[in-house]
Amino acid sequence: MENEVKKEVLIEINNLKLIYGSEGDSILALENINLEIRRGEFLCVLGPSGCGKSTLLKTIAGYIKPTGGSCLMQGKPITGPDWHRGVVFQSSTLYPWMSVKDNVEFGPRMRDIPADEVKKISKFFLEQVKLTGFGDKATFELSGGMKQRVALARVLANYPQVILMDEPFGALDALTRNNMQKLIRDIWKENNSTIFFITHDVDEALSLATRIVVMSKRPGRILKEFNVGFTHRLYKDNSIEVMYNEEYFNVKNEILGLINSQIEE
Amino acid sequence: MDSEKQTLSKKDPEKEKRKNKNEKKLTVGTWVVILIAWYLITKFEIFSPTLLPSPSRVLTTFFRLLEDGYNGVSILSHLRASFRRLFLALALANATAVPLGLLSGYFSKIEAIIDSVVEFYRPLPPLAYYTLLILWFGIDDKSKIILLFLAAFAPIYLACVSAVSKINENYILSAKSLGANQKNVFFKIVLPACLPEIFTGIRTAFGVSYTTLVSAEMIAATSGIGWMVFDASNFLKSDVIFVGIIIMGITGVLIDAGLRFLERKIVYWKGHV
Ligand SMILES: Nc1ncnc2c1ncn2[C@@H]1O[C@H](COP(=O)(O)OP(=O)(O)OP(=O)(O)O)[C@@H](O)[C@H]1O
Ligand SMILES: [Mg+2]
Repeated sequence: MENEVKKEVLIEINNLKLIYGSEGDSILALENINLEIRRGEFLCVLGPSGCGKSTLLKTIAGYIKPTGGSCLMQGKPITGPDWHRGVVFQSSTLYPWMSVKDNVEFGPRMRDIPADEVKKISKFFLEQVKLTGFGDKATFELSGGMKQRVALARVLANYPQVILMDEPFGALDALTRNNMQKLIRDIWKENNSTIFFITHDVDEALSLATRIVVMSKRPGRILKEFNVGFTHRLYKDNSIEVMYNEEYFNVKNEILGLINSQIEE
Repeated sequence: MDSEKQTLSKKDPEKEKRKNKNEKKLTVGTWVVILIAWYLITKFEIFSPTLLPSPSRVLTTFFRLLEDGYNGVSILSHLRASFRRLFLALALANATAVPLGLLSGYFSKIEAIIDSVVEFYRPLPPLAYYTLLILWFGIDDKSKIILLFLAAFAPIYLACVSAVSKINENYILSAKSLGANQKNVFFKIVLPACLPEIFTGIRTAFGVSYTTLVSAEMIAATSGIGWMVFDASNFLKSDVIFVGIIIMGITGVLIDAGLRFLERKIVYWKGHV
């Protein structure tokens, strides 16, 4: 790890503080967050419910402004949402008045990419999420897993610098979820994407992440970071299940211990 | 992942069909009973035939009116006069209420200006201010169209305001993160997301303005299907009254069916937002 070349910092968060509401009844959601997201990372965020994970994601996305501190992308302050940071929500936000293909093509169209290029892009990414032939379907004809794959393709179609995902597989059944984890890992590797991924499932984080951030209960702070590499092995073996070895259990137990200490207090 | 192909969501069409069939039978049965009762009541002359004409007399009157018209004016031109007023008013209401409603939902300042005015006049029976409109705009079509426009405006406007407030916030956030600018968010996301509710508003508006139209024609007009019924009542021509009422009922149902057909075609995703 030590001699790995340091990659370019895409997102830089310094002393981030976030307060919801106005003076009378305000909620301190995030405090003193310092975090860097480097190109090519798969960063997973874990933490007790209500600790501010989604708030952190929304700040990076540009949906809410920091109350204090700064949130930079490639050195420039994030002032609002833009297509360099794609977002996948827990429940799909596909537009039911557009076909699957039109949903995927929405981003490139908004950016005035030439029509034939747009066609190529949507074909390519529908294939990558294994939905070739579903382009003309209505979104409400799809299963939950398929919807999330379209949502992913729609974000990928913009070639974003960072993909932000808020418990994207949280509403899926266990089997579909495992398939989706493999899919997102393969896509991350193939496209060399950078992913910021919120989950409440420690195994999911361990099987996907190159780095895991554990947050405290509200106000959310970063308790500890873990560099892990199980995802590389899973990718190399083209496998779905993690080999549960001692190293895996040690990290998992430490993370669980941290999270539980936050809930019990 | 291929197993997911089978899980494409579907309703149970067989069951739906059977249920529909039974209910259709009930509907048809109800009308058969009503017609039989009508026939029997007139057959035994329970009420005087001047007050309640028999079905056969209403039918012959209908054909006579089709051929000769009422008071020398064909029934189609009465209908045309009515629907010209109705559709001009509805078109005008759509063209103004939809943008104003969407903007009100979007910008609270615009809502603050328009909303209270709409809330004030909406519960008023349209005929209450019709007299004023006649004084201001004259007794012919202009005052009627404005009356119907006002009646139709409120439901469409309110449907738009409510539709905007109910939009899934994440639809808009997603669009922005995909690179959509303010204008595209409005036309590609907000407008279609509101369409199902706008359609419901339009159907309500049609119902309200249709009833208003008939009453207005009864008060002040020399043409139109409402006027025909009113005029016939002055001369106790109950068969003409019946024909008029049945025509109004059937055209109302037909137009609503047409609107529902359009709704199914245009907002086929309704219920999936
Ligand atoms: N718009 C808002 N206005 C006021 N308070 C908010 C708002 N959004 C979130 N909060 C509060 O901020 C805190 C953090 O919320 P957030 O949604 O970021 O948590 P989370 O870690 O994503 O939780 P979960 O795991 O349940 O998704 C919570 O206490 C929540 O009640
Ligand atoms: Mg959350």
